[in-house]
Amino acid sequence: MAEAAHDPHHPHAAGPSRAKVLLREPLVLNQRSMSWVTNRICGIVENPQPKGWWYIIVPCVALVAVMVFCFTYLVATGVGVWGPNHPVAWGWDITNFVFWIGIGHAGTLISAILYLTRQKWRTAVNRAAEAMTIFAVMCAGLFPALHVGRVWMAWFLAPIPNSNAIWQNFKSPLLWDVFAVSTYFSVSVVFWFLGLVPDLATLRDRCKPGIRKMAYGLFALGWRGGNRQWRHYEIAYGLLAALSTPLVLSVHTVVSFDFATSIVPGWHTTIFPPYFVAGAIFGGFAMVLTLMIPVRKIYGLHDLFTMKHIDNMAKIILLTGTIVGYAYLMELFIAWYSGSLYEFDAFKWRILYGPYTWAYYCMFFCNVIAPQVFWFKKMRENLLVVMIVCMFVNAGMWYERFVIICTTLARDFLPGQWDMYHPSWVEIWTFIGTFGFFMMLFLIFLRFLPVIAIAEIKGVLPESDPHYDPSFAKRDNLVAAPSYEGDRLENRPAETTAVVTNAAPA
Amino acid sequence: MPIPIKLFTIESTVSTPLKRVHGYLAEFSSARDVFHAAEQTRDAGYSSWDVHSPFPVHGMDDAMGLPRSILPRFVLIGGVIGITTAFLLQYLTQVVIYPTVVQAKPANIYTIAAFFPVMFELTILFSAFTALFTCLVMMKLPRLHHPLFNAPSFSKFSDDKFFICIEARDPKFSAEKTKSFLAGIGGSNIELVEDEL
Repeated sequence: MAEAAHDPHHPHAAGPSRAKVLLREPLVLNQRSMSWVTNRICGIVENPQPKGWWYIIVPCVALVAVMVFCFTYLVATGVGVWGPNHPVAWGWDITNFVFWIGIGHAGTLISAILYLTRQKWRTAVNRAAEAMTIFAVMCAGLFPALHVGRVWMAWFLAPIPNSNAIWQNFKSPLLWDVFAVSTYFSVSVVFWFLGLVPDLATLRDRCKPGIRKMAYGLFALGWRGGNRQWRHYEIAYGLLAALSTPLVLSVHTVVSFDFATSIVPGWHTTIFPPYFVAGAIFGGFAMVLTLMIPVRKIYGLHDLFTMKHIDNMAKIILLTGTIVGYAYLMELFIAWYSGSLYEFDAFKWRILYGPYTWAYYCMFFCNVIAPQVFWFKKMRENLLVVMIVCMFVNAGMWYERFVIICTTLARDFLPGQWDMYHPSWVEIWTFIGTFGFFMMLFLIFLRFLPVIAIAEIKGVLPESDPHYDPSFAKRDNLVAAPSYEGDRLENRPAETTAVVTNAAPA
Repeated sequence: MPIPIKLFTIESTVSTPLKRVHGYLAEFSSARDVFHAAEQTRDAGYSSWDVHSPFPVHGMDDAMGLPRSILPRFVLIGGVIGITTAFLLQYLTQVVIYPTVVQAKPANIYTIAAFFPVMFELTILFSAFTALFTCLVMMKLPRLHHPLFNAPSFSKFSDDKFFICIEARDPKFSAEKTKSFLAGIGGSNIELVEDEL
């Protein structure tokens, strides 16, 4: 009986025959109770934001103003204020589009694919990751919309009967992209909203009567948590996960078709769809960690978003980064093996003597070499290392798109067409501005909505099992962490106090 | 003109002396307790009742004797409508109404392969929205008010308490027996929930 320890999923099944090595780490540490979970997560929304929140959002709003100015200047003047030329017609704009849309993919992977595969650790990160998806797709959508030049004509992309009686070319991957990205955005919002409904009800029930309660109540739709609601809700949630899984794979596949269906050497490769999807998930996970490690620290979510989560995500980064590395090498191999002169030359320009070889090696180092440190457990446990590697990956994935898009176009079939590409200040500030936009949206999300899915976290606590017997906790010598009065900052134990700046109400 | 609607649980000054009994609400403190109580309520033959919990309790459908949700059938219909819409949109516009030959790709049914991505996307789009809206209809949401919100203890359902509510419209409902039944299956804090008319 002594070795029988705690398994969060089947605590009642723990018996003398279970070996210690098979026991799982609990998903919520310190035996936290349900009301602790509610207080901790709702406290982030209900209390004044910590200073750090203000220090970040003010510059972000300023960057949004810069972005709006740049876009206004572009629309007022014309796309000539950007750097693209002939032959590099797609510059930073499409690079940034692919970069941002890729970021979003990790959110859907966490919310949908990990849900279908019953990876219960996803519950601590799925809400924030889905929010990140939506905000990243919003940033992404700006670029192609503005890149069309005459923005007021952007509605030509939609299949609406117009006075010219001409319809869109449905054989074009660019139009597939319009459908893929808009579907992705809509379905992500639906999935996110459905997941939010029970948590909005929690916030509603904790509010004093007033405007806030009305607002949360309106979006909570009158949720009462009845099992006659849950049983449809769970099926709908599962179906949305099942629908989002092929969707997320299709979106970056279609994005890669923008390149792969052309005949430009360096683009015309069949490896693009899987390579793009792996890269998107890779870059997205890095962004999730980039956002969630500071959030965990600032809001004191150590018991909910544990080192186990960071470890798992670092492993996914290692796996997908290695897949991406394989794709890079396979591209080079096929360039030689295909016997296509132009293809081989495109890659020789890319890695040996082109003007942009530095970008290729930046990309290769950031995406393939840097994540290899995650083979070591010590490195996965060191948050500073994890953050640095994630920053490398964020940068590396941007470089990947730059290498694929700009450097390929700069060297196509005829040397007479070759030209260099340089971004203009408008492009540079637009891109920096979208970071401000993305961060601003994320901070507003932290301010008003629960950053962790409260109902789902409660569902993975041991006592949520209807067959859970409280006496097992006693038998296994599991002592619940004492409930500190209202979970106030000064009452929390030392190991978590150091970083908590946002305490739940008494 | 006073409006006899209360938004959520906001105490309004509008009140009528007319009340209607909604049902009995009993509180439980753990998923385990409410699970066994639900099994007993099911076996006692009640039909208009529900278990309210902060998270979906595993196996509760069986404990309540509820069948599997038929939602997936509607989502299938939504998906079929989506794929048909996308096919017709592309076939009619590209082949029938205004045949467009771009890059020497023909305008006929054999170019259907080029239509697959949009067909796929619209299948997902229509299915997802069908899942959302059908789910809302089946959950009988959204609604601005519900009599349960009148019960002071009920707001704990979204925190860490579990409730069973047996409604007055249940044929087996009786003012005394239901109350003692709920006490017998372990419910505490039993209260009569009333709705203002």
